[in-house]
Amino acid sequence: MNSLSRDEAQQRVLQTPFAPRVRKACQVNDWYTWAGYTTANSYEDVGLEYFAARNGTGVFDLSPMTKYRITGPDAEAYLNRLMVRDVRKIAQRRVGYTVWCNDEGMVHDDGTLFHLGDNDWRLCAQERCMDWLCCSALGYDVTIEDETRAVAALAVQGPTSCATLRDLGFEGLQHLKPFAMQAFPFADGEVLVSRTGFTGDLGYELWLEPRHALDIWDALFEAGKHHMIRPMGSKALGIARIEAGFIMAWEDFVPAEQVVRHGRGRSPFELGLDWLVDFDKGHFTGRAALLRERERGSRYRFVRLDVEGNKPAEHSFIQNARGKVVGHVTSAAWCPTAKRNIALASLKMPWGRETDVLFAEIYYTRELHWTRVLAPCRVMQGPAFDPPRRRLTPASDR
Amino acid sequence: MTESRVDVVVIGAGHNALACAAYLAKTGRRVQVLEARSRPGGAAATRAFADGFRVSSGAHLLTQLNPGVARELALDNHGLVPAAADLSTIALAPDDQPVVISGASVRGVSAADQAAYRRFHDQNKRFAKVLDGFFNRPLPSLVQRNWRDNLSLLQLGWSLKRLGKDDMQDLLRVGLINIYDVANEHFDSALLKAAVSMDGVLGAHMGPRSPNTVYGYLYRHMGDYYGMQGPTVVRGGMGAVGQAFAHAAEAAGAVLRCDAPVAEVLLENCRAVGVRLASGEVIRAGVVVSGADPKTTFNKLVGYRHLDAGFARRIENFRARGVSAKLHLALDGLPVFTGLREDQAGQRLLIAPSMDAIELAFNHAKYGEFSPQPVMEISIPTLHDDSLAPEGKHVLSAIVQFAPYQLRQGWAAGKEAFLEQVMAQLERYAPGIGEQVLAAELLTPEDLEAEFGMHGGHWHHGEIALDQALMMRPVPGAQQYATPVPGLYLCSAGSHPGGGVMGVAGRNAARVVMREEKSA
Repeated sequence: MNSLSRDEAQQRVLQTPFAPRVRKACQVNDWYTWAGYTTANSYEDVGLEYFAARNGTGVFDLSPMTKYRITGPDAEAYLNRLMVRDVRKIAQRRVGYTVWCNDEGMVHDDGTLFHLGDNDWRLCAQERCMDWLCCSALGYDVTIEDETRAVAALAVQGPTSCATLRDLGFEGLQHLKPFAMQAFPFADGEVLVSRTGFTGDLGYELWLEPRHALDIWDALFEAGKHHMIRPMGSKALGIARIEAGFIMAWEDFVPAEQVVRHGRGRSPFELGLDWLVDFDKGHFTGRAALLRERERGSRYRFVRLDVEGNKPAEHSFIQNARGKVVGHVTSAAWCPTAKRNIALASLKMPWGRETDVLFAEIYYTRELHWTRVLAPCRVMQGPAFDPPRRRLTPASDR
Repeated sequence: MTESRVDVVVIGAGHNALACAAYLAKTGRRVQVLEARSRPGGAAATRAFADGFRVSSGAHLLTQLNPGVARELALDNHGLVPAAADLSTIALAPDDQPVVISGASVRGVSAADQAAYRRFHDQNKRFAKVLDGFFNRPLPSLVQRNWRDNLSLLQLGWSLKRLGKDDMQDLLRVGLINIYDVANEHFDSALLKAAVSMDGVLGAHMGPRSPNTVYGYLYRHMGDYYGMQGPTVVRGGMGAVGQAFAHAAEAAGAVLRCDAPVAEVLLENCRAVGVRLASGEVIRAGVVVSGADPKTTFNKLVGYRHLDAGFARRIENFRARGVSAKLHLALDGLPVFTGLREDQAGQRLLIAPSMDAIELAFNHAKYGEFSPQPVMEISIPTLHDDSLAPEGKHVLSAIVQFAPYQLRQGWAAGKEAFLEQVMAQLERYAPGIGEQVLAAELLTPEDLEAEFGMHGGHWHHGEIALDQALMMRPVPGAQQYATPVPGLYLCSAGSHPGGGVMGVAGRNAARVVMREEKSA
């Protein structure tokens, strides 16, 4: 299941197990390639897709997400040395958000770690990282298997996602807590459902065998008929994640393994992930470098900015009150639910304190006429969008 | 279990570890040296191999002992006595006159070759002077430099510049190419070329055409700059060198314990705080210095789990597979080598008829086979030292190449066959030697690994090639003797500058420890 067939190997891009449905649903022919797979940027209208995830149910084909199965007697010890957080605190049948670093304490990638069973884990990441996983396995008795192709995945996100999935037959799903997982029978097999997602809202991710992919898709859209279900592409998901304040590889940081120029990586501290780093759990890769950074101070600060006006501050320089450039925006979007113009930015230390007066230098064009505005920014504490329903258990099921 | 505390624990009592211990003990630190075997000296060892016969079981000639280290540790007062110094190197020919190299002069070749060798020798001496400057200090870190590194770089750059334009260009040119090309540039005599290239490949998984062999040659000829005209045979065998280092360390105040194998480096809060012996005994220390090779140190004693993954990968990829076997023969009489006068038999003898013969012998090693016609460096120490064998009897010691550590058929199966090939090769050069043999011992890299605890049986603790030499030895992240584990230092052949009985790595390491661990 994991190796490519002869036909597939000759294709430039791969198709996910949902491809026949995705192709049919995608009316605007807006594609891009994610980890070798054809993926929809949008299906019909980015705004409608975004609002499906915020007001109904948005469905995102997550299959290209790289999935590694990590098993063996040393699996937990191995992961604890790989990750900056203490994975021993992730209970069985729970999921943990995590990042992993290189020796210099620069972030390789972020992802979710599924504790499936005793010394049985699944790591989901945006980027491929088999090389680093294998290198980290020296001295450990672990087996690492790339099961990206063996596991099809859908993100089902939004306030009606629980209702939709219950109508699909996943009875009792409302009791599933955030970052927990549960298996539900489907056809002659089962579907693993985790209460996780990238939208910052109530939502679930479905993990299943590829042979069930089309049946699940059909059943899901049938069940969601009255719950405002809609497939969503990466663009809509992008707005949702910026609104929720989540970072993304290649947007907000360059994976350490891909950095060519020395010093262009970012540490967990420089991505606002201090809370993940656990110096008390024993050794992990990057620990010494991160300890040094904690002592000497970071180079950058990650901030979420509330930018005045409604022009997205994409790629903008951030200036201080004296007009000096102190950083730049890594991702930005007008966020309709928060009704705010949000930017995620990387600022040189010490800039980005709550009281700092900052401006985003935004360029935009109207009928080939370029305009530059200096939009005042406010450093936000916490994400712009964080509704109680995200955590509420039992989940709301209107 | 008992627990004790000292300032510095040194793992292993090889000559570098002992040098390091001696320098540290001189500063008043309480230094405990722990040796797994029953004698100090590591691969500078003498032992019995047959009834009444003793031999240097590891290194057998002293070629590049650093005179500064020898002087500072007063090794001659501690029992290091040469039995013969400034040996000539004699390249044997089975049916022709041998070529004899003594210091800068050569006999048995054309006048043109004689002049060329003198030029070659003199230039290499100038190169060795530059290298000496590189060797006697921790080399600058290339990525995260501090002021000390920058100063070092300037000084090293200046020492290169001072060579003058021609020499500097030559050094930068030959430094990266192979000894085969360089020997062909200079000489006509096949035997002379073979003798020169042997010095580039001894101990290395390389043939004369392999890159890095010129660097290997220069490395081996550091002794020329130190004022030696050739190798030295030590009275009592190389074990006497090990003993001298041990006495020097003890005289400085270090405490040496043999039969005390270290099982692990103790870590607390990711810092080295001592060692646990195989017996379970714990010795705590402010500083742990490892004289074990890098792979043994980091994989076995520390454990990859306690290191960053990238660093562990570098250590794993450090090339350390020995290709040299050691032959010991107890002989009923002095063997007669064709074309060799009896008074020449005590010199350093080479069996390497041509560069192509060495290259062909090496080819087999690439594919996990031993050489059917191996090349050798031979010493008959009993001609200078009667303490090693009964009167009238002799000991022959030879480094034999190529014998890859990972022999495809396995050494258990291959050792007998290889010994036969080795004896057949010797017979070609010294007809009748087989009948003189009273006892024979062949140590394969596997045996050397077991005897000396060197990973892969590699006497340099790892290949000396430019990608793992100088500021990259053993690997980036541990190149200045300090390691990623606070409190843990390296001091032996696996560190800059490398192996051979030199003592420089031990001294450099001690200096770094003194600088970094003022309180220890």
